[in-house]
Amino acid sequence: MTTPLLVALLAGAIVSGTPLLYATLGETLVERAGIVNLGLEGVLLVGASVGFAVTAASGSAWLGLGGAALAGVVVNLLFGWLVVARKANQLASGLTMMFFGFGASALIGARYVGAVIGGLPKWRPSWLADLAWVKATTLFDYDVLVWLAVPVALAVWWTLFRTRWGLGVRAVGENPAAAYASGRDPAVLQYQVLALGGLLGGLAGAELSLSIAMAWSEYMTAGRGFIAIALVIFSKWNPLRAIAGALLFGGAEALELQLEARGSLISPFLLQMSPYLLTILVLLAWGGARRLAAPASLGRTFYGSS
Amino acid sequence: MPERAQAVARFGAVSVLALAVFAAVLLAAGKNPLQAYADTFRHALASAYGFSELLVRMTPLLLAAVAVALPSRLGLINVGGEGQLYMGAFAAAAAALCLPGAPAWILLPFALLMGFLGGALWAAIPGLLRAAGLVNETVTTLLLNYVAPLIVGYFVFGPWRTAENSAYPQTAPFPQAALLPTFFGTRVHAGLLIALAALAVYWLVMEKTRWGLDMRAIGGNAEAAQRLGIPVRWWIVAALAIGGGFAGLAGMGEAMGIAGRLRQSLSPGYGFTGFLIAWLAGGRPLVILFMAFLFAIITSAGDTLQISQGLPYAVVNILLATILFVVLARRAR
Repeated sequence: MTTPLLVALLAGAIVSGTPLLYATLGETLVERAGIVNLGLEGVLLVGASVGFAVTAASGSAWLGLGGAALAGVVVNLLFGWLVVARKANQLASGLTMMFFGFGASALIGARYVGAVIGGLPKWRPSWLADLAWVKATTLFDYDVLVWLAVPVALAVWWTLFRTRWGLGVRAVGENPAAAYASGRDPAVLQYQVLALGGLLGGLAGAELSLSIAMAWSEYMTAGRGFIAIALVIFSKWNPLRAIAGALLFGGAEALELQLEARGSLISPFLLQMSPYLLTILVLLAWGGARRLAAPASLGRTFYGSS
Repeated sequence: MPERAQAVARFGAVSVLALAVFAAVLLAAGKNPLQAYADTFRHALASAYGFSELLVRMTPLLLAAVAVALPSRLGLINVGGEGQLYMGAFAAAAAALCLPGAPAWILLPFALLMGFLGGALWAAIPGLLRAAGLVNETVTTLLLNYVAPLIVGYFVFGPWRTAENSAYPQTAPFPQAALLPTFFGTRVHAGLLIALAALAVYWLVMEKTRWGLDMRAIGGNAEAAQRLGIPVRWWIVAALAIGGGFAGLAGMGEAMGIAGRLRQSLSPGYGFTGFLIAWLAGGRPLVILFMAFLFAIITSAGDTLQISQGLPYAVVNILLATILFVVLARRAR
């Protein structure tokens, strides 16, 4: 009963890439408005733990999903209050929220270690079920977050690049003073993208605990928040490129699992490094061209227009 | 000095506020916060052993903070202390494992050098990339944090794994001669002296030497420094490498002073905590010392929560985050 490696790999890449994609989309939105959120790892952890706790307590994975999204929003708005209202250093604030996420998720999840949940329901559409090479496996049964991942990425792209609101967000990320002068309030837009980013980050965490692992364990995100930050750079702050990037980085994770399952002697560590090394290589490749796609005011604090 | 009194008062207010918030969190979790604080105080500050453990924890934090503070004087942001720490431990372990028969007077200095070099070379990568004008050092140091533990993981799961207890991924114990001397029958090891020396060297070089003046000039205005003939690119690489070297020494201390072998779970985020300490202290050496001690107390509260309150150790990160949150929220300029 072995599935062909490539099929298993594709299915695995889609599953592993989904939480990365949601997290990356959230961070892309936030960075487009000029904010670096190193606390993404914390958002994922809080999303995963709250989602799992709510699901275990209520018996409904849908409530868990909602709880995770809400928790992500709350964490990002706390971060937003620091960096927008109090104009605190973004890197230090992000690391603070990362530590907060470590602690809060450990506290929330402590009671639910080893708890068993039903998880998010999985299915496949009928047109896909008829394909012969899919029929033999359950590999292409996905939950709602997987099915919605690409549409959400398209929606984020459309919002950023085809709506007035998205134009405002990007303007704030490039030049907040000019955005302010054209009648937009940078602070309001930044709060809005942080809330959206937190929602997507919370969902990414929920996908990990409610669908992939179906369990809570401390620090279960294992650096995926930082992989997503790398992925934002890798995909040049573009939600569409992020789809391919998430599939690639998810594929590395899937390959690692497959090799392990098949008793390969290739070390998994090299594969685990690949997202970080690839991102650095990509940065190098552009560095030569001196043309970074990064929002011009990324990481800078806007002190007002006066 | 009224200014200093003000600073102390502000610090007191921040602490009280943070402790109150964390107490509320503990209450919400159904625990007794007063009990937890009293236990922490009793274990960490009121007993000789507890105090020695604070010094043990403070050692890597001090080094990791200097690793950030030194490059920050040039305006460089080193978020990579965690990875540099791992590479230092890795290089020091290589020294200890490859020279099993050497006497301590050869092995210890050699491991010290290797530990420094391990962190320094790792940090030199972002330094070179930045100096060449290719990639910003913030991004590269951050990304390399996640590569270094995987290199350590490869070795402790692979070539360096012990034969005797292969269930646990770690190297064989280092030879006796490769262990840092400890003091007074506690776990306080020579790494503390190294850390204090590093802090002193940092202060001395920065404030009292021509080199420090050059580096501070770069931090003030890199272009002006360049025109004055200061080798800016060279200093960028050097400052990041020296900082990384100090973080590497922190890793060496954890491996050769505490564990006595190399493990993958070397550091619970000392590199990141070091960044926050250096940032909060604004690079001032005495404030770094004080902050490192304070953060050691906070993390020791984690032990208390685990042992007497039955909470996961990681919960203490909420207290850490709360203090930072309050400080960051105050710091509006």
